[in-house]
Amino acid sequence: MSLEKREIEKIAHLARLAIDESAIPGYAEDLTGILDLVDQMSAVDTEGVEPLAHPHDAVQRLREDVVTEENQRERLQSNAPQTDSGLFLVPKVIE
Amino acid sequence: MEWEIVIGLEIHAQLATKTKIFSPAATAFGAEPNTQACAIDLGMPGVLPVLNREVVRMATKFGLAIDAEVAHHSVFARKNYFYPDLPKGYQISQFELPIVGKGVLEIDLEDGSSKTIGVTRAHLEEDAGKSLHEDYHGMSGIDLNRAGTPLLEIVSEPDIRSSAEAVAYAKKIHSLVQYLEICDGNMQEGSFRMDVNISLRPVGQEAYGTRAEIKNLNSFRFMEKAIAYEFDRQMDILEEGGKVVQETRLFDVDKGETRSMRSKEEANDYRYFPDPDLLPVVLDEVYIESVRKELPELPNEKKHRFITHLGLSSYDASVLTGSREMAAYFEAVAEAAGGENKQAANWVMGELSAALNKAGTALADSPVTAGMLGGMIKRIADKTISGKIAKQVFEAMWSGEGSADNVIEKRGLKQITDNAAIESMIDAVIAANPAQAEQYRAGKEQLLGFFVGQVMKVSKGQANPGQVNQILREKLK
Amino acid sequence: MKEKTLTELALLLQQRELSSVELTQYYLDRIQRLDTTLNSFISVTGEEALKQAAVADQKIAVGEAGPLTGVPIAHKDIFCTQGVRTSCGSKMLDNFIAPYNATVVEKMSEAGVVMLGKTNMDEFAMGSSNENSFYGAVSNPWNREYVPGGSSGGSAAAVAARLTPAATGTDTGGSIRQPAALCGVTGLKPTYGRVSRWGMIAFASSLDQGGPLTQSAEDAALMLSAMAGFDPKDSTSMEREVPDYSATLNNPLQGVRIGLPREYFSEGLDGGVENVVQEAIAEYRKMGAEVVDIDLPNTRLAVPTYYVVAPAECSSNLSRFDGVRYGHRCDDPRDLEDLYKRSRGEGFGDEVKRRIMIGAYTLSAGYYDAYYLKAQRLRRLISEDFQRAFERVDVIMGPVTPTTAFRKGEKSDDPVNMYLSDIYTIAVSLAGLPGMSIPAGFSDGMPVGLQLIGNHFDESRLLNLAHQYQQVSDWHRQAPEDMA
Repeated sequence: MSLEKREIEKIAHLARLAIDESAIPGYAEDLTGILDLVDQMSAVDTEGVEPLAHPHDAVQRLREDVVTEENQRERLQSNAPQTDSGLFLVPKVIE
Repeated sequence: MEWEIVIGLEIHAQLATKTKIFSPAATAFGAEPNTQACAIDLGMPGVLPVLNREVVRMATKFGLAIDAEVAHHSVFARKNYFYPDLPKGYQISQFELPIVGKGVLEIDLEDGSSKTIGVTRAHLEEDAGKSLHEDYHGMSGIDLNRAGTPLLEIVSEPDIRSSAEAVAYAKKIHSLVQYLEICDGNMQEGSFRMDVNISLRPVGQEAYGTRAEIKNLNSFRFMEKAIAYEFDRQMDILEEGGKVVQETRLFDVDKGETRSMRSKEEANDYRYFPDPDLLPVVLDEVYIESVRKELPELPNEKKHRFITHLGLSSYDASVLTGSREMAAYFEAVAEAAGGENKQAANWVMGELSAALNKAGTALADSPVTAGMLGGMIKRIADKTISGKIAKQVFEAMWSGEGSADNVIEKRGLKQITDNAAIESMIDAVIAANPAQAEQYRAGKEQLLGFFVGQVMKVSKGQANPGQVNQILREKLK
Repeated sequence: MKEKTLTELALLLQQRELSSVELTQYYLDRIQRLDTTLNSFISVTGEEALKQAAVADQKIAVGEAGPLTGVPIAHKDIFCTQGVRTSCGSKMLDNFIAPYNATVVEKMSEAGVVMLGKTNMDEFAMGSSNENSFYGAVSNPWNREYVPGGSSGGSAAAVAARLTPAATGTDTGGSIRQPAALCGVTGLKPTYGRVSRWGMIAFASSLDQGGPLTQSAEDAALMLSAMAGFDPKDSTSMEREVPDYSATLNNPLQGVRIGLPREYFSEGLDGGVENVVQEAIAEYRKMGAEVVDIDLPNTRLAVPTYYVVAPAECSSNLSRFDGVRYGHRCDDPRDLEDLYKRSRGEGFGDEVKRRIMIGAYTLSAGYYDAYYLKAQRLRRLISEDFQRAFERVDVIMGPVTPTTAFRKGEKSDDPVNMYLSDIYTIAVSLAGLPGMSIPAGFSDGMPVGLQLIGNHFDESRLLNLAHQYQQVSDWHRQAPEDMA
């Protein structure tokens, strides 16, 4: 399998990654190589095998419905690139 | 061509928990921006979700209430997309294995008939934050207080065929989630939001047409309008030989029309996969049965009981069970009225509802308590006052003059039932109107009403109308 | 002093032969003097370290010390450290000061450990050579032209060069064991769920696990005792008692059954590495262990399976780095999409981008069943291979890597070739098993590691076996001579 430029652009868009035009062939080659490696999976018949999502056969634990997190806005926003009046700022959102 | 509308609803009910679905931050409405968004809600590096116990219990209650299968094994999945109000770049939701499977809901229509609407599924997910579009240096502001608030998304089958059915279904769900005390139902605050999928097909055709989804409706009235607009819009397109585009649309409340949401139009590829930070939610029969025991009497059961045990009509029972609060109020009135159930129903649905509507007051804030109204109905039953005087008493109670007995006493409204007193009033009225008495005796019996009116006037409405009628007939023989 | 192990240093502190301030200053000096050639640290927090050391000395003075009070260690820069930059080896987080501690950091801090600084790593833990760091490559202390392995390369190199007595690391597909092997130190990846992932920046959530890199198994037992344990903040953390790992180090090996997977001793394994591994296994025979051949038939599928599971999870985990709430934001974004694309395009390096794209691709519409679901099914088959093996044996042994450390730049243009060097470690991660790498000798002057694989939550046995080997060998005591 070989990925084309158009597909690289589509994936990069889906993942919101700006990729230089000049870097696309390199990515196409690398990703194609990785997909070739991955395609070795298809050699094995996995019919009827239960998917394993998690190493242990464990179940979700439930937390009590009690508020333990108080307001920490100042601390949590200390890394924010741009804020105003407690809001995170982003370029205009158009709906 | 004649077109049939096909509607399916997705309702987002915000679960009435104290904390978020995956974090121990508060869910209270109206806090300062980002003061209820903890590190988990903000999707900071290295944070992890832990599921709120209460959320599971609430979803289970809902599932049992609609006779659905509550899943013994359900899984959270990630729905991946980028949006500034979605901090992690994915929403934790349920995809292939939701907590609530297929269920049913019976809705009552205005013509007295009922219809069963299928519920496809109900799943748990986290809410997103809010983008504020006021101008902040030419930018948008993001408030993530709402991010992570637990939602139960209730998806209906495309069983709905009119806007009236859609509204009836939505109202029924709205009432049910409040009965179950799993959602406060507050539509202004966004606790109950509806997405409507609408398509048209020629009458008689089996295959569904292409649908448009109208997102985020937060009022039944807007939903009705949006459906009406969308029906016309799609019909116009189809009649001109065009094709309806499958898309998401917004209802513009001011213009009364729907419009395409351009920004979310892009073909979405959500790349769902099971969230590796969370494990399967496993519920056993013991747990499910323990939740079943907590269920309150549900609207349909209550309605049935109102009809069979309290002797109400199907219509009255269905109106009175429309909300848990209304039903409770009615039952308290009926009890205080000593079993005058029909009277209680009439007063709650009539005078009381009208007064509440007029004043814009909620039932919980009614100045006339159920005990007061029941006490008054008791006085009608024991003939202390007439139905007509009761209206005066009600008004007096509404404006704060105390209980019915107080009002009757203070205003001297006690009904006159003394035969002698009534007779003397009648004698005086007949004497004062000889010509009419003559005419009546000559066969113009419709004049009886005139005499009754005169007697009531003389008695200031306090004479017992039954006795007045009876004595008048005898005296005018 | 540098030749002393963590255990020995802790004892000296408790006997007050040495103060924590002196010890901390000693290592800070070594870092300052020697790390210029290694680049194993991203941040050195000297001032704060000396404060913590002073507090530790006071605790020791009043008799409130625990077994680790006052010993200095380093944390991999993937663990959030409150008030200290936590970069994850990425430009994306170059400016990120964590507002909270990872549970591992918190637990170590409660144990009285002093933090010297944050170690270098492959960006977001993606890599096997430590060449994918925004802060530059790390050198192997045994030969500066060689890579130290990755992604916990900084931690492994720092321990090997004795710039810290011990360090934390994380392992997703081999990121503790492989650099430990390549640098000649002891590395333990615990059972998935044994150590909390809270505050450990996620790469692949169903695989990531924190663990120690140390000089000896005895040190690893001490470290793991402090790091491990149930954490209510991590849904995948297991509610199980933490045994006293030090207490069972001296259990006799008589009758212990060791399995050697045929698939781990086949083509692709370097002869020099194989000889060292076989010699180590011979030592175990001498100590009374029984050695049998076993089969792990799905071994060759582990790397392909991993390169579906890990990138899929990573593509989603790394979506949160969007330039909105923290981390790198591009200059003058034109609009929202530009903000996302350039912030992420500039903030992430090539390998991270490659993996995000692979993950986005394999999860996208139409491919999910063929890739992700298929990989999860294979993951079960791989896991079942091990479960069958553990019906017959107590521990599995083999090489950690097919070769010793390779030269810098040798594989950096060939991602697939790089991935294949993790062939012996990845299956263990997919199965969530504990795995360990211990120094077993040298091949052409570079260290070779022996891998020990245990059943779920059987860390005690791995530590016991490793410790017994270290009683009859001194490979773990050897340090590069030019790191004086």
